Amino acid sequence: MKHLLLACAALIAAPLSAQTVAITGGKVVIGDGSAPIEKGVVIVTNGRVVAAGASIAIPAGAQRIDATGKWVTPGIVAGFTRLGLVGVDAVDPSNDAEARNSPFNVSLDIAPAINPDVAAVAVNRAAGVTRAIVSPDTGNAIFGGHGAVMDTGADFDPVTKARAFQFMEFGETGARLAGGSRPALIAAFKTALAEAKDASLGVFREDPLLKRPDALALVPVLNGTMKLFVHVESAPDILAVLALKKSYPTLSLVLVGATEGWRVAPQIAAAKVPVMASALNDLPDSFEQIAATQSNVGRMKAAGVEVGIGMINDNEARQAQLSMQYAGNLVALNKVPGATGLSWGDAFAAISSVPASIVGLGGEIGSLKAGRRADIVFWDGDPLEATSNVEKVWIDGVGQPLSTRQTRLRDRYLQPGVGALPDAYKH
Amino acid sequence: MVLASMTAPALAKKKDKDAAKAEAKAPAFNKDPYPSTYNAYPSVPTAVTNVTVYDGEGAKFVNATVYFRDGKVEGIEAGGAAKDGYTVIDGTGKWVTPGIIDVHSHLGDYPSPGVDAHSDGNEATGAVRPEVWAEHSVWPQDPGFSRALANGGVTALQILPGSANLFGGRSVTIKNVYARNVQGMKFPGAPYGLKMACGENPKRVYGSRGQMPQTRMGNMAVNRQTWARAVEYKRKLDKGETVNRDLAMETLTGVLSGEILVHNHCYRADEMSLVIDMAKEFGYKVSTFHHAVESYKIADLLAKDGICSAMWADWWGFKMESYDAINENIPLVHKAGACAIVHSDDANGIQRLNQEAAKALADGRRIGVDVSDELAWTWLSYNPAKALGIADKTGSLKPGKMADIVLWNGNPLSVYSRPDKVWIDGALMYDAADPKKRPVADFELGQPGEGDVK
Repeated sequence: MKHLLLACAALIAAPLSAQTVAITGGKVVIGDGSAPIEKGVVIVTNGRVVAAGASIAIPAGAQRIDATGKWVTPGIVAGFTRLGLVGVDAVDPSNDAEARNSPFNVSLDIAPAINPDVAAVAVNRAAGVTRAIVSPDTGNAIFGGHGAVMDTGADFDPVTKARAFQFMEFGETGARLAGGSRPALIAAFKTALAEAKDASLGVFREDPLLKRPDALALVPVLNGTMKLFVHVESAPDILAVLALKKSYPTLSLVLVGATEGWRVAPQIAAAKVPVMASALNDLPDSFEQIAATQSNVGRMKAAGVEVGIGMINDNEARQAQLSMQYAGNLVALNKVPGATGLSWGDAFAAISSVPASIVGLGGEIGSLKAGRRADIVFWDGDPLEATSNVEKVWIDGVGQPLSTRQTRLRDRYLQPGVGALPDAYKH
Repeated sequence: MVLASMTAPALAKKKDKDAAKAEAKAPAFNKDPYPSTYNAYPSVPTAVTNVTVYDGEGAKFVNATVYFRDGKVEGIEAGGAAKDGYTVIDGTGKWVTPGIIDVHSHLGDYPSPGVDAHSDGNEATGAVRPEVWAEHSVWPQDPGFSRALANGGVTALQILPGSANLFGGRSVTIKNVYARNVQGMKFPGAPYGLKMACGENPKRVYGSRGQMPQTRMGNMAVNRQTWARAVEYKRKLDKGETVNRDLAMETLTGVLSGEILVHNHCYRADEMSLVIDMAKEFGYKVSTFHHAVESYKIADLLAKDGICSAMWADWWGFKMESYDAINENIPLVHKAGACAIVHSDDANGIQRLNQEAAKALADGRRIGVDVSDELAWTWLSYNPAKALGIADKTGSLKPGKMADIVLWNGNPLSVYSRPDKVWIDGALMYDAADPKKRPVADFELGQPGEGDVK
């Protein structure tokens, strides 16, 4: 099957790391919220972006890659996922998203579980997602453990940053996990932080809420050196979380979900707490999402909140690839009377530079600004449009394969029927 | 003619016999005990001018006018102009299509908010439950109906029981128009469907309780035994024998006599193939395989047997039987000449079926399956209408059909477009520019976010 092997090889973009490379002629998206640049230039050296924009001098001797007719963007940074943790959701042994029967919670570290071999990594890579913020789910406590940032490269080195944040459930789920009510949730949270403070002083209680490793793991959350991602949906619950920040001013909070954030957007903005929002929730799916509307993100952004798009409880182990469609839908709102959407540039930023910045890696990933890692995607059209497809992907300047087991199945069954040999012989 | 060779007395005798048989065959029960009370809302003669039109059966008109009055489509004219007595809507830069029809929804049966008290989609007390009717679970105040209308341009939908059971019960097809009760939503004249399910769900739900079925072979055994009972029940009915009223058997008899259409949740190609043979074994027909993520593997077989596939564009991997899903499933089924349908099974997905079609279309084109935009619209309206047995009434813009129409504010296969106006039976039921034409379900009234743009 030589021709097929060649075809596969052709799908892998050549590496950009060996020398200075100039990508020219494409429609360049920086990812910082600015509008796309016609016939822009991107210069890459040693796996990093050196420069990108409209009038960039091309260094002598640079290898040129013609991107005429293509869109050239930073790779998508999926704002809240469980990518790499799940082979098949309903196949429990392949699912590392949660540990319901573990005695530990805060100290669980998701990074070593991120598996670059799960099919979802290749599928999302081929769709243009190059980095993802990966969170554990909660098991039997309000804390889920340490989240990480990963890349989707075809290698055994998926972790960009381990222990990037701690994940916590607030609202209805947090209340359930804490024993059945929001007061129980607040009590559990405050007790946990008190035990963390004791642990930082080497003091451990006799009958603690947290095991020692969990109490110790919470210390950096308490002192603000580690971010705390808090899943919260309703306006009153968001205010309750913001009130916690008043009690514990060192906390470095990020709200996740925040379906009713628009109702308290000025307060979120004033507290300078960023949000990884669910983009398209518009149903009163639960009593904590009664006021859901797709205008949520736009209204928060308009109020000055830093908002990226995340996908909590929305097929986030596999479908980070929907980030672009979600962002596009927020642009669509600009044509709906009474709705508040995002500009195209802000919508793209909400799935690239903003989540990168929220997780503390804005200087590393999420845009084509100078110094960023060369995560670059070529598209055959507007990346937020449902009909556009990815043509090339580089991660850290390394060309990536775009073949997946899905494309292999597709090629096997292009002509269904009985051939000279069974389909199992079509490789 | 056989009759020509009969003598007159023999003929008379046969007539009597036929009459007696007909009497015996007359239903001993009311087949429509919860009849539709849906009535179209008032409409005005309307002309939508200067639009691009997909008629739903594969035709495209540019710069055309769509006329409808008295709840029915009158016609599409290239160019076209205002007519006396018609409300004129300038559709410059906009598109008109037939309303989207979702062949697979659980709105009303699993409504928002999704609390336990609202979980009315699976009668998971026995793997064979053809006696239950989804319409008896539909909460007509589900806020999801309004989102499907306003964001999705959905004008009709089939509400199915869930897939916990091999035989899940009867489905109901409804107009996407709020009413005080389900009868007020029921699509007039639409046949009932029967929900069946292959694969993992039934064997997991019952197997985990130590009950049959616990395996795929158990699934098939229970299915076949049930169909055998139904065949026997129908034989007795046809012979005029007295039978005890059996609601389950009445539904299955309806299937065997072709009055009730089978909608079979079935992911895998091998299981669909077995179901096709089972249907032949017992003498019924499958209308549509739902969630048919592996239809691309047997698209030729599905084309040959005239079975529709209801599919997602890119859902995959959430369970083992969805692991082989591919993004080109829909276009490959279309290419094989089989009936392709985009479905949702989801209160969010139903708001973006046009975008799902667009994704599938683009993925198909990338591998050389060149389907035009206007032909792809058959996946969204005409094919689901066929699968539901209502294609003579809706699903395309042929003159005389129900004026179930969406005016989109741009290319409807773009992520940037949304419904501008939606008419159902010619009545304006949604208007993006008019907050008063934005339905608010009872549940939302007096709560935060009431009447907001959604």
